[in-house]
Amino acid sequence: MVKSNQTRSRWQRFLDNDIVYSFFTTPGAIIAASITLIAITATFAAPLIAPYNPFDPAQISLWDGKLPPAWTDGGSSAYLLGTDNQGRDMLSTILYGGRISILVGIAAVFLGMLLGVTLGVISGYFGGLTDTIIMRIADVQLTIPGILVAILINGIGRAALPLELREEFAIYVVIVAIGLTDWPQFARVARGATLVEAEKEYVQAAKLIGLPKFTIILRHILPNTLRPVLVIATIGLALAIIAEATLSFLGQGIPPTTPSLGTLIRVGNEFLFSGLWWITFFPAIALIILVFSVNLLGDWMRDALNPKLR
Amino acid sequence: MNNLLEINNLSVDFPSRRGQVTAVNKVSISVAKGEVLGLVGESGAGKSTVGNSVINLLEPPGYISGGEIIFDGTRIDQMSNEEMRKIRGAKIGTIFQDPQTSLNPLMTIGKQLSETLVETLKISGSSARQKSVELLDSVGIPNPVQRLNAYPHQFSGGMRQRVVIALALAGDPDLVIADEPTTALDVSIQKQILDLIKSLCKQRNLGVIIVTHDIGVIAEIADRVAVMYNGQLVEEGKVKQVLQKPKHEYTKSLISAVPSGDQKLDRFTVVDYIDGSEEKVTLTNVSEHWLSQNKSSQTHNTAITVKNLSIEFSIKQALLRKNRLVLKAVDDVSIDIQTGESFGLVGESGSGKSTLARLIAGLYTPKSGDINIFGHDVLQRSQKAKTSLIRRKMQMIFQDPYSSLNSRMTVEDIVSEPIRFHRSTANSNETSKVVKDLIAFVGMPISSIKKYPHEFSGGQRQRISIARALASRPEILICDEPTSALDVSVQANILNLLKDLQEELSLTMLFISHDLPVIRQMCDRVAVMQNGKICEIAETDKLFDHPEHEYSKHLLGLMPRMDLFRL
Amino acid sequence: MAPLLLAGLMFYFIINRLAQALLVMAVVSAISFSLFNFVGDPVNNMVGQDATREQRVEIRQQLGLDDPILVQYQRFMLNVAQGDFGLSYRIKQPVSQLILEKLPATLELVFASAVIAVFLGIVLGVFTGIRRYSWVSKTIMSVSLIGVSLPTFIIGIGLIYLFAVYLRWLPSSGRAGVIEIGGWKTSLLTIDGWRSIILPAITLSLFQLTMILRLVRAEMLEVMRSDYIKFAKARGLANRAIHFGHALRNTLVPVITIIGLNIGGLIAYSVITETVFQWPGTGLMFIQAVDFVDVPIMAAYLIFVALLFVVINLIVDILYFVVDPRIRRGGS
Repeated sequence: MVKSNQTRSRWQRFLDNDIVYSFFTTPGAIIAASITLIAITATFAAPLIAPYNPFDPAQISLWDGKLPPAWTDGGSSAYLLGTDNQGRDMLSTILYGGRISILVGIAAVFLGMLLGVTLGVISGYFGGLTDTIIMRIADVQLTIPGILVAILINGIGRAALPLELREEFAIYVVIVAIGLTDWPQFARVARGATLVEAEKEYVQAAKLIGLPKFTIILRHILPNTLRPVLVIATIGLALAIIAEATLSFLGQGIPPTTPSLGTLIRVGNEFLFSGLWWITFFPAIALIILVFSVNLLGDWMRDALNPKLR
Repeated sequence: MNNLLEINNLSVDFPSRRGQVTAVNKVSISVAKGEVLGLVGESGAGKSTVGNSVINLLEPPGYISGGEIIFDGTRIDQMSNEEMRKIRGAKIGTIFQDPQTSLNPLMTIGKQLSETLVETLKISGSSARQKSVELLDSVGIPNPVQRLNAYPHQFSGGMRQRVVIALALAGDPDLVIADEPTTALDVSIQKQILDLIKSLCKQRNLGVIIVTHDIGVIAEIADRVAVMYNGQLVEEGKVKQVLQKPKHEYTKSLISAVPSGDQKLDRFTVVDYIDGSEEKVTLTNVSEHWLSQNKSSQTHNTAITVKNLSIEFSIKQALLRKNRLVLKAVDDVSIDIQTGESFGLVGESGSGKSTLARLIAGLYTPKSGDINIFGHDVLQRSQKAKTSLIRRKMQMIFQDPYSSLNSRMTVEDIVSEPIRFHRSTANSNETSKVVKDLIAFVGMPISSIKKYPHEFSGGQRQRISIARALASRPEILICDEPTSALDVSVQANILNLLKDLQEELSLTMLFISHDLPVIRQMCDRVAVMQNGKICEIAETDKLFDHPEHEYSKHLLGLMPRMDLFRL
Repeated sequence: MAPLLLAGLMFYFIINRLAQALLVMAVVSAISFSLFNFVGDPVNNMVGQDATREQRVEIRQQLGLDDPILVQYQRFMLNVAQGDFGLSYRIKQPVSQLILEKLPATLELVFASAVIAVFLGIVLGVFTGIRRYSWVSKTIMSVSLIGVSLPTFIIGIGLIYLFAVYLRWLPSSGRAGVIEIGGWKTSLLTIDGWRSIILPAITLSLFQLTMILRLVRAEMLEVMRSDYIKFAKARGLANRAIHFGHALRNTLVPVITIIGLNIGGLIAYSVITETVFQWPGTGLMFIQAVDFVDVPIMAAYLIFVALLFVVINLIVDILYFVVDPRIRRGGS
């Protein structure tokens, strides 16, 4: 094993890595990663690639409202996926809306991860009373399902804001609400991994060198807890996107002025009975594909990073 | 003699993405009734794979790629799963390594026994109960009738392995395959279990294959032995003949590498058969090297003084004091270790020897007692700077080579961390030179420094651990079972390295092991520990030749008598 | 183990868990109480913009809002303990009465969904765990991943569009065919009632079903890899005994927790399902209360849901104790 390793290039070593290998031999993982990547690029490049700017009143004409998709009767080739009740191009609104959904999802997961991993690692490494308090809070919060906590925090956040600021700050309230909902999961996983790592002999060796606790946590323990955290973060991203969509659908999330996918579905839902199916259908499909590919990625990651399954 | 099991030219392949791995390569062995065959080899030799192919329970993706297995005159390697199932249990019983995990934790042992009996012997539930009691009795479980209703967690490790044996014998098999049946057990229980297997073999006229890495087990129990190396059978014969006059080079070096408990040798015999055997320590002028600079001018004769040291762990917490359970892991222990000496600490698992080492190293805080290192009280709260300076002179080598290195750091980062942290070199050029020297010193190629731990074998990792410990320029080295996770051949190499180091750097060494022969080879003085207390402290030769304490005598009595097989 | 000792241990265990449950309830009730103080001005909520200063002061005094905070909290807790959550700001009716009215609708919906989710989840999970490599299992697993990715409200909208708008087989919303038996308004005894509960029940159960399925399968695979299963195979036990006697039974312990958590999840997600289907239950009431910042209802719902979860968790813990002898900690 030791022989002739240095003759191989970095790239060959990278390809030889078991996880990289597993990625390139799992079609689902490649598809999921591609879709996720395309979705993120497309939505973030929305101002460049979207045919219209749905927020520019000059580009919206009510005359073009409620047009069905281009390939159906009455559809216009100018609007591939049709238009909504206000005459906005569906494809463009979906691209812009997807951007908000992804942004909120990533920001919320990041917040939850930051909070959860910090508290979890501290809890696991120091133990004792700190651990008891942090984990009790996490346990109490975990007793109540996430979506309910998110609705509640979100509701309190909105109510605490003055009326005139509610719309403007809605997106931040949603991010904080979902982030605060997510942290116990991260805390648990990070704490579990920390407990395992802290018992390992390399950490004891680091203590004998005389390294300060903070250095041991940052240099030795944290990097070794990241694998399970990454899995939770990926699955958490899918859940966060769903949570945002759900809040917005319930009318508690992102306002219709800067709609996310969930807001679009909520708006479209009102026109479902009158047969204007495309106003709901396309945002819903976009949301499902996005969440599904993130989930698929998380699913693969969980299997690939679990040494027991290999 | 008519053979019960005959394996002819068996090959087992494991396809992997890096190509076919041949775990077993054209192996032929046989077992007769009433005979114990020992199948011995180091890790990766393919010995367990042979056992698993006989019962057709190879771990996927492994498969039998050639040869035949004939049991009782019938070829069984090509049988269907259903046919094979009728042979497993009823004709061939199996005992696995770890009794902790071999039993279903949620089922009483009575239930596990009777379900096996009903399935294999096709008897009724009530007679199965009767039979279960007899079986438990025959494997030496007291009060078998009451114990039927007990769950596995209510048995001790040794008793659990007896239950496993009872289960393996339930179907009244003709052949029993025991895969490392005593590896997870303490020495004193090991012997009882081996005796039990041996006597059951003779009583019931069973054929037994015992798969092990431990030549001591072979010497203890086997009639014949087959030695495997790298998937191949290298030698086979009567135990006495193979152990006394090994023919194959590998067997010769394997046997000579087993440390002897009888007399102290200068160096361990190294298994030179193994390819890529590591080179000897090559560092000239150690006295002028960075490693020897900064030696403290301390002239203390005693390196470590421990007085009335105790620590407790709570095993069961409860509101009421009387319901609490505490384990006195180290109980009122006092020892002195002289500067430059090699002090051994021996005992069975749970005796508290590792805890004591960690207390001295400062990884645990004692409940009471004193620890002085080079005359400095390291438990006092004032003079923290001095304490940490002293503590740095004490480094440790750990047992598990797989968890003792941070898998996310390169060897260079690992070894240079203490140097960089303590700024003990003038500049980064010197650091990298010192790291290279240390790596060379422990017998590793310089090219290792850019690699990650997972690219190395257990023995190599242990060398890296040693290099990391040396990077703090220690004067005391605590070795906590440094070789018990390694194969004998690698063990010899590592122990020799430690001996050389101690000599060249005049280190004080605290050496912890459960393995008496290793202690005899490594230590000047030895303390015997049991249940957190020291039973006896004596010069090594005196302890081995004239033990005083009852427990020391007991321990020494369990030592495998390799001398019977040595010329 | 002696039955008396077992009973003693069980008692100790339950007391321990009860203490934890009380802690949860204390925290949740404190949060509920703080809602009154942090979320808007209750007086504003009660009297509207055009009330005079005197009216406001009078109401403040009536409500005891000028008392010290601890006195208010004590009063709140005393009232809550008697089932009195005050008047809804919006509907001006006692909150406890409102909740009791809406409760049967939610409980029936959750019950129907739980039956679907638990039954199908376990059966499919065990199947895919045992027949790991069959194409049926692979199909189920792929479909289940889609199931996890479908937000509840989209499932609801989809089902409404398909069965109510397009096929016109089932009603799109509301709870029909309600009859009253001994004070309990049920919709499970009439065909109309069944027709109206089918879609919301399926919607609510689908996500939890896929979760249960995937977790049961994962547990099953985990157990199948264990040493005692290998040992059971080596003893020649039949597949049936290995799968159901050993593997399934050992899977049961974690599965009980999963189911406990999922019933909690059903209650939470009933908020969404009830909104989509305009199902007149407590969830719909809650979301409307959040919309109008109707704090007494929000606070009461929170306490009520927490209580339900605590009870479910307690039952799960007791079941744990019954199933797993290791928790009983009997030693030899």
